Amino acid sequence: MSKNKHQNKKVSGAKKLVYLDYASTTPTASEVSAAMAPYWSEKFGNPSNLYQIGRIAFDALESARFLVAKNFNCDPSEIIFTSGGTESCNLALRGMAKYFRAGHIITTNVEHHAVKNTADVLSREHFTVSIAPVEKNGIVNLGQIKKLIREDTFLISVMWVNNEIGTIQPIEKISRFIRKENVRRISKGLNKIYIHTDACQAVPYIKIDLSKIGIDLLSFNGSKVYGPKGAGGLFIRQKTPILPIMAGGEQELGIRPGTQSPALAVGLAKALDIISKKRATENIRLQKLRDWLWVKLAKKYPKIIFNGDKQIRIPSNINFSVPGVEGEAMTLMLDQEGIMASTGSACASNDLKPSYVLVAISLSDELAHSSIRLTLGKFTVKSDLEYFLIAFDKVYKKLKIIGT
Amino acid sequence: MFDIKHNGVSWIYSDKVKKHFLNPKNFITGKTPRWKFNGYGTSGSAACGDVMRVWILVDAKTQKIKRFGWKTFGCASAIATTSMLSEMILNRGGMNIEKATLVTPQMIIAKLNGLPVKKVHCSVLSDRALKNAIEDFKKNLN
Repeated sequence: MSKNKHQNKKVSGAKKLVYLDYASTTPTASEVSAAMAPYWSEKFGNPSNLYQIGRIAFDALESARFLVAKNFNCDPSEIIFTSGGTESCNLALRGMAKYFRAGHIITTNVEHHAVKNTADVLSREHFTVSIAPVEKNGIVNLGQIKKLIREDTFLISVMWVNNEIGTIQPIEKISRFIRKENVRRISKGLNKIYIHTDACQAVPYIKIDLSKIGIDLLSFNGSKVYGPKGAGGLFIRQKTPILPIMAGGEQELGIRPGTQSPALAVGLAKALDIISKKRATENIRLQKLRDWLWVKLAKKYPKIIFNGDKQIRIPSNINFSVPGVEGEAMTLMLDQEGIMASTGSACASNDLKPSYVLVAISLSDELAHSSIRLTLGKFTVKSDLEYFLIAFDKVYKKLKIIGT
Repeated sequence: MFDIKHNGVSWIYSDKVKKHFLNPKNFITGKTPRWKFNGYGTSGSAACGDVMRVWILVDAKTQKIKRFGWKTFGCASAIATTSMLSEMILNRGGMNIEKATLVTPQMIIAKLNGLPVKKVHCSVLSDRALKNAIEDFKKNLN
């Protein structure tokens, strides 16, 4: 049982609650809340102020920036605080597009809405957007990206880890290739191609060393790393051309105007620091749990189809389709059993379309309709998964009888 | 659009939908009913693969629907609306088939105290399956 009283605990008289949706968001760690606490009311200063409480706030903000930079192994001046992953992705794509004014962008067909819809907006302005398809395993082939590169390409945006199926994209391979390609391009008088990666889902599981990997822009946030929601950051490598997308003050090197929140910055930095320290052991623990569940499900329900590459994935994600059972109904019935999970079913989405990620990996509409995503996290223990299996069997049998 | 009640614990559907979804009435457990039927109809949503099947037993003399069995592959509101329709039809000794063909999705939704707007067009398919079952019954008579 966890020490966090909100987590996976028997509520008196009620049934067990099991949260299996850590890819959606995570509870803020108590150490993180504690680190943030003084900066709301007690040390409330504006970091731009010259007097004492302003300097205290400034110190907190810059210490947070230093800590974030330390964990990504980059320079503190390369970290910009934002309001979250979506803003970071918008700033990366739109900010660079604003500088280039026209040209070509490459992305993939499994990006999060933050990148997908931003690219879509840009494609209706002065930009051309090409979309590299992923393979059936949910991973993009470098060859597909190579094919799309044009003389006027200035940005490639590929997510590091997919939020739905947990597959890991070959970011290092792509960046190595682009680095070489850029040498050739510069000798030909062409502009450099810059790389952005949405790493929100990667940071909890993948150690990122920005001194070693040739990425120019990297988005991350607090919500997925047991940090505060509403906090995010963008790594912008030195000399990367980018313009602000909001008009305002000179905060954040003039790239992201608006009074900074020392509390959120401190929380985000603290959360990243905790994640970095525990990542290696936590990955092993999660993978063991996830694989145990995977084997149990595959044995008991031979018709289940597992979505996304079996090996090249983060250790916490399991996404599968249950033929003959609809995902929204399944999710709502699991909720009645105290289990919190999500689905890619059209019935659960606002636009009534099945998950585009599942469609991208060539899953039929029916199988996308029957999909469920479980994502494990730091409070998940084996008894939670045992309980899930019991509840799932109950729900599966009930919906199967009603439906087929 | 959403029913937010219950001591701050909201659910996306009304209580009535929840009740019919979690404890659906009159669905059949086998591939076909164990009882005699004289009408069968289906309907479906091509967009998402929802399928509804309805079996009815019509009393030839009174033209009343005496039995109504169904199966639904679909979301919570698809299940709830079919269950609700089955109760509406079987209430008070069974509905006359002519009256039953006049049942509209709006009437079922009203009985369920509403559905989220986006669900109205995609999940209320049971009235069409019932109409097809009634057609089937009439065809079997001739």
